[in-house]
Amino acid sequence: MDIVDLSRFQFAFTAMIHFLFVPLTLGMAFLLAIMESVYVMTGKTIYRDMTKFWGKLFGINFALGVTTGIAMEFQFGTNWAYYSHYVGDIFGAPLAIEALMAFFLESTLVGLFFFGWDRLSKEKHLAVTWLMALGTNLSALWILIANGWMQHPIGSEFNIDTMRMELASFSEVVFNPVAQVKFVHTVSAGYVTGAIFVLAISSWYLLKGRDLAFARRSFAIASAFGLASALSVIVLGDESGYELGDVQKVKLAVVEAEWQTHPAPAAFTLFGIPNEETQTTDYAVKIPAVLGLIATRSLDEQVPGLAELKAKHLQRIIRGQEAYVLMLQYRAGDKSPATVTRFNELKEDLGYGMLLTAYTDNVANATPEQIAQAVEDSVPQVWPLFWSFRIMVACGFAMLLLFALAFWHSAKRTVDKPKWLLKFAVFSLPLPWIACEAGWFVAEYGRQPWAIGEILPTHLAVSQLSVTDIWISLISIMVLYTIFVIIEMWLMTKYAKIGPSSLHTGKYDLESPAVAKEV
Amino acid sequence: MDYEALRFIWWLLIGVLLIGFVITDGFDMGVAALLKVLGNSNDERRVMINAIAPHWDGNQVWLITAGGALFAAWPTVYAASFSGFYLALMLTLFALFLRPIGFEYRAKIDNEQWRNRWDWALTAGSAIPALIFGVAFGNLLQGVPFYFDDILRLHYTGSFWALLNPFALLAGVLSLLMIVNHGATYLQLKTEGELKARSEKLSTLLALSCALLFVLAGVWLYVGIDGYIVSSVIDTNGANRTTEKLVEVAAAGWFVNYGKLPLLWLVPLLAVLGFVACALASKAKRHISAFISSSLAMAMVILTAGISMFPFVMPSSSHPAHSLTMWDATASETTLMIMFVVACIFVPIILAYTGWGYYVMRGRLNEQHIRDNSHSLY
Repeated sequence: MDIVDLSRFQFAFTAMIHFLFVPLTLGMAFLLAIMESVYVMTGKTIYRDMTKFWGKLFGINFALGVTTGIAMEFQFGTNWAYYSHYVGDIFGAPLAIEALMAFFLESTLVGLFFFGWDRLSKEKHLAVTWLMALGTNLSALWILIANGWMQHPIGSEFNIDTMRMELASFSEVVFNPVAQVKFVHTVSAGYVTGAIFVLAISSWYLLKGRDLAFARRSFAIASAFGLASALSVIVLGDESGYELGDVQKVKLAVVEAEWQTHPAPAAFTLFGIPNEETQTTDYAVKIPAVLGLIATRSLDEQVPGLAELKAKHLQRIIRGQEAYVLMLQYRAGDKSPATVTRFNELKEDLGYGMLLTAYTDNVANATPEQIAQAVEDSVPQVWPLFWSFRIMVACGFAMLLLFALAFWHSAKRTVDKPKWLLKFAVFSLPLPWIACEAGWFVAEYGRQPWAIGEILPTHLAVSQLSVTDIWISLISIMVLYTIFVIIEMWLMTKYAKIGPSSLHTGKYDLESPAVAKEV
Repeated sequence: MDYEALRFIWWLLIGVLLIGFVITDGFDMGVAALLKVLGNSNDERRVMINAIAPHWDGNQVWLITAGGALFAAWPTVYAASFSGFYLALMLTLFALFLRPIGFEYRAKIDNEQWRNRWDWALTAGSAIPALIFGVAFGNLLQGVPFYFDDILRLHYTGSFWALLNPFALLAGVLSLLMIVNHGATYLQLKTEGELKARSEKLSTLLALSCALLFVLAGVWLYVGIDGYIVSSVIDTNGANRTTEKLVEVAAAGWFVNYGKLPLLWLVPLLAVLGFVACALASKAKRHISAFISSSLAMAMVILTAGISMFPFVMPSSSHPAHSLTMWDATASETTLMIMFVVACIFVPIILAYTGWGYYVMRGRLNEQHIRDNSHSLY
């Protein structure tokens, strides 16, 4: 593996592990705020116990979220130095604002959430909890503004003198439609994760017949919050944004295995086996017109297929090749008006020209075969995206069904919830994590071959490190993260099994001296 | 406000963030690094941990923010330093990994061996970054080998082992002792009895050592280390032309700024006085004074490094013309302006709620309190 593969693998690994903890933090923070609100409004201490107990589990998860989060911020500089130089002027700002506006708030108040119970009035503590939840969500907002810009980089311009992208319109970057859609989709997915977590563990107590009052109330709150969130993920989720920019169009075509452009409205491929060689989907099960409706909101607009998109990329790579050569001439000292004028005509396609640097050091004399290869590689492989997208959607609908049933039984105030429903809830525990990881895979693998869509290819974005150095860091990270995740899961399981008895209030089912001693 | 002013403000703001980091996160790193030194029993160590438990997470955000601000305001510096010091940064990162889980998980299982392992993890997780940050500064003062190619890709040609040279190690030890001393002054404020007495004694000793090492580093810098001087005119209001200036390497070059403006000598002088005052205050049991003088001394140490190198932030020893300065390695004027406004709005808000957090958790902790609240505390 070369430095590009290794750096990509390390980033993917650390990001995916990080995102095991983030969605639960997002969801649990709000659930805790809701539970504590009920406590403050009704004065019933069982709701305070709920906040404290689910807060304990929240804390076990939060610690690893913080740990793995530090790695994310460091890595842009350590492993993606050219990326940091090339787009730091735009990309760095939302990250710094995230720290100032959100991360400070969340991290300062999380300390008061855990240690301020006896020192703050009920109302002040509740305010702390809500602000902590607000902090986690604002944090997600700014991170997704940064990420949205990678997918659809607007509000910025290339400066040939500083050899980087520079900010042209901050409001365009903030109100990037791709970022806004991603934000709603991602935080809702977090709420679903929190809700499934509480629902599954509460159902397990109900199945065991333990701490019934505690479990029933937790079940009710989780099912209502989860139902609303699951609807939000699916309905408001990733509904739009696919008509913006080529990267998103390519992603849509790949996710749907839309090899050719079909007459509008396009059919939606429910299932099938994408075949890269023949550029067709074998055994495809199609639903007429649905894709056209989802993607374009119309019956007469076409959804461009991969063949059409690649033909367009060929044109842009040829123009980009000229732009790249002119850029090098300019930087070598040829600042004649002719060079500048021609470069400015072509600079939109500079990124496409940079794609060629993966195949040759001499971009000016790239062979037709190298150009053809660059065109071929200008879209990601179909099957990984096709399948991960369908896994995500399947998990999403399964969870929607679960929440709908759970909410129905809560609303009816069924005292003894049916066993099959409780088992369904317990076994659904992994679903939100599978959906989240699959979703991020679609978003980021679907962005390839770009680090910044149509602007900076991934292979150029890396730091010029030695392969040995990255192997050392990669192996160390994998070993450390594995140990951390094992410890986290073990502690989480242990505390989930003990349940509210771990609070030592004397009110819960397992508070025999033996158990009390163990914790 | 023009580009030049914004560039200068951001040089100051990066300094403010670093100072915010050493004063706040510095004390919790110091306390954690002292767990095995000052804490003689589990209850004592729990007192120490719970003295910082509500605050360490918020404090650490100063470091995260300094990183984010570097990314936004000095993207090329962020890229060059983080990728150039790759393995050192990775080591720092691995150490920092241990802190959040160490704090959160240590008290979750009632087992001596479990706690002991997390104590070591917390010690390493706090001492290693303190040491490495000093080593990094020690290397910046000597210049590190890197250059840019035709599309401004950075190539770093040094090795990890070359970072561990004698001067850098001295800077590393100074940084570690500063942080540990700061932790000891915080413990004077938050603990009682023997633990407090031990902290006072340790601070007296450490603060004096810091003053000594700081003076030693200054002498070494004057006698044995070449500084960098820009010998062409940089257009401080124009676009970055990072590789197009002329730079000279000269003996005692890092003292040129003090010659131009002798008033600046006050800064290193205050650093030394701050450490001495900290030692005296600790001996006299003036705990608040000890903490404040330690904070002042550390701020002045950082400022001394900044002023000595000004306008350089990362000199290149192999290609001095490619050195990064606070005039020609910055973000665009638009980004600096937006980030300045954001900082003006949010830094006061952050200081307000952070201050409130300390107010809510005010007072000293003792072992009885730990035993009474065994299940809700760390």
